[in-house]
Amino acid sequence: MSEWLLSLFVASLLAGAAPLILASMGETLTEKAGLINLSLDGAILLSAMTGFAAAVETQSLLVGFAAGAVTGAATAAVVALMSLYLGQSQVAVGFVLTLTTKDLAYFLGNSYARIPGPQAPVCAVPGLEALPWLGPALFRHTLVTYGAMAAIALTWFFLYRSRAGLVLRAVGENPQAAFARGIDARSVQFFYAVVGGLLVGLAGAAFSLSVKPGWGRPQGAEGMGWIALALVIFGGWHPLKVAVGAYLFAVLQMLGITFQGMWPSIPSQVFQTAPFPLMIFALVLMHVSQRPQVERWAADRPWAQRVLRFVRARAPRALGRPVLDR
Amino acid sequence: MVALGGASPLEAYRHILAGSLGSWAKITQVLRVWVPLTLCSLGLLYTFQIGLWNIGVEGQVVLGAVGATALVRWGLGAPPHWVIPAALVGAVLCGGLWALAAGVLKTHAGVNEIFAGLGLNFVATGLLLWLIFGPWKQPGIASMSGTETFPQSYWFPTAGGWAVSPEAVVAVSALLGMVAWSLRATRLGLALKAIGRNDQAAFLLGLSPPRWMLLAMMLAGGLAGLAGAYQVLAVYHRLIPNISSQYGYLALLVVMLAGFRWQGIPFIAFFFAALNVGSIQLPMMLRMDSSLAGVIQGSLVLAALAVQGMAWRRRTAS
Repeated sequence: MSEWLLSLFVASLLAGAAPLILASMGETLTEKAGLINLSLDGAILLSAMTGFAAAVETQSLLVGFAAGAVTGAATAAVVALMSLYLGQSQVAVGFVLTLTTKDLAYFLGNSYARIPGPQAPVCAVPGLEALPWLGPALFRHTLVTYGAMAAIALTWFFLYRSRAGLVLRAVGENPQAAFARGIDARSVQFFYAVVGGLLVGLAGAAFSLSVKPGWGRPQGAEGMGWIALALVIFGGWHPLKVAVGAYLFAVLQMLGITFQGMWPSIPSQVFQTAPFPLMIFALVLMHVSQRPQVERWAADRPWAQRVLRFVRARAPRALGRPVLDR
Repeated sequence: MVALGGASPLEAYRHILAGSLGSWAKITQVLRVWVPLTLCSLGLLYTFQIGLWNIGVEGQVVLGAVGATALVRWGLGAPPHWVIPAALVGAVLCGGLWALAAGVLKTHAGVNEIFAGLGLNFVATGLLLWLIFGPWKQPGIASMSGTETFPQSYWFPTAGGWAVSPEAVVAVSALLGMVAWSLRATRLGLALKAIGRNDQAAFLLGLSPPRWMLLAMMLAGGLAGLAGAYQVLAVYHRLIPNISSQYGYLALLVVMLAGFRWQGIPFIAFFFAALNVGSIQLPMMLRMDSSLAGVIQGSLVLAALAVQGMAWRRRTAS
């Protein structure tokens, strides 16, 4: 019985975290290249809406996910265009877009609210799904969930083991130096803003076509974009740590449901705010771990050094400072 | 855009116009939104002047509302002419301290003010919901409709038939003048501007950027807290989950559209407030979603940014 419960827990954990993983991987790519796309929260909702609407109209899930991805990419392209080519504050543009796309989603999606639509089917992996408890936990998922897990590995491999990933990181750390080496830093940032936006759009479609199927006001994905942004920082801009953060958040959410059974008077939204103090705490920790006093203190304490090495993360050096002149 | 939503655009704009400026009563409803929106926008002038993105203004409104509610609950039974001013002061302090928290995280703990403010916004929402469903719940049941309504004597006074109290409008107009004056003609305004333009140079001139940043944050938070108190005392007469009505976020748009200067703020805030009030009846009249107001507001700011961008491009090209 308890074994069955555990495998169910893991299964719903992996499935529930999938959209967050997709969105935070996308934002990690964009921020590693030095650009902040603050429009996530609205972009996820708008692509959830377009994804659902396209899937309903065509009765094709593929078209739905494609529509979501295109919406996310287009939103990111506006942020990149306005900040890189028109010299506007990326924070300002991203913030305005996050509010506007959210309202746009509610406005345009009005006629698709509360109607049934297609939903991503579960694709069990033949053979492996019959394994004792690993089967139901790991191998009976939708393609979305498998895709999210693959996205973690791919993002990591791309960033740290491929030449293009090296270029991306070089641009995010020092665009001028990258430019001196013959890299068109501005185009690189634009490109990865759009690629990141594609993933964010897929996350939106993953909400409306799989995890929280359907459209409505509220859809249920509200606030998830901010959480994805928080996770990127919490994970210190490292895809694996970001993914750990996303799964931790999913655990927190599921525990929230349990807690709610224990204290029924507290609404579940209270538990949803938990990642934000944690994010602030992680940022403070990163700052403190870079102080010379702390390093001196840790010098003759091997365990402390190991902790520091794990905690110490740094934003890409050029993050938020756009490459205006090439 | 509106046509995409499945209705004639002219019809929609006619309804927004009629719903916001169609009668004197409607105009007072618009002013009821204008008061907190202008308060938040004025506070943001200080933080933008020193180069800070005080996205936490939303949470500061919530904390102001919580502070005001706490004082009114605590002072029930005492004469209202003591309780209401105390609630206003409490709200300013709560909002200011909440902003100070974000400011200290920025100046002393290396946390970017955007993420500190955003994080604290969500914490504030969590606190608000916990209070409404926990310690301050209505006797019997806790519900999304909020806490118990205050006795009428603790409401902010309104003139007959008006949705807004004229005193509040006058007070906010006076505050507008004071903020403009303080930014233009005092040491405060000069220091904020100097640091916002070039903090290293300002530091060499003997100004301490962190200290002025904290002051700017507290001023912004205090004004936002006042907006929160207004929402509690004059609009809802209780604490509700959506007490801030997202005016904090909307105020950021107002200030951006006003080009970070005070001159445009009262008019843009009035226009945005009219859009908000006017779109309320869209779902009933045209079966459209009322979020149209937000779409128009956001598109305007985006367009303004794009125009600025074009000008910037021309300047750098030549």
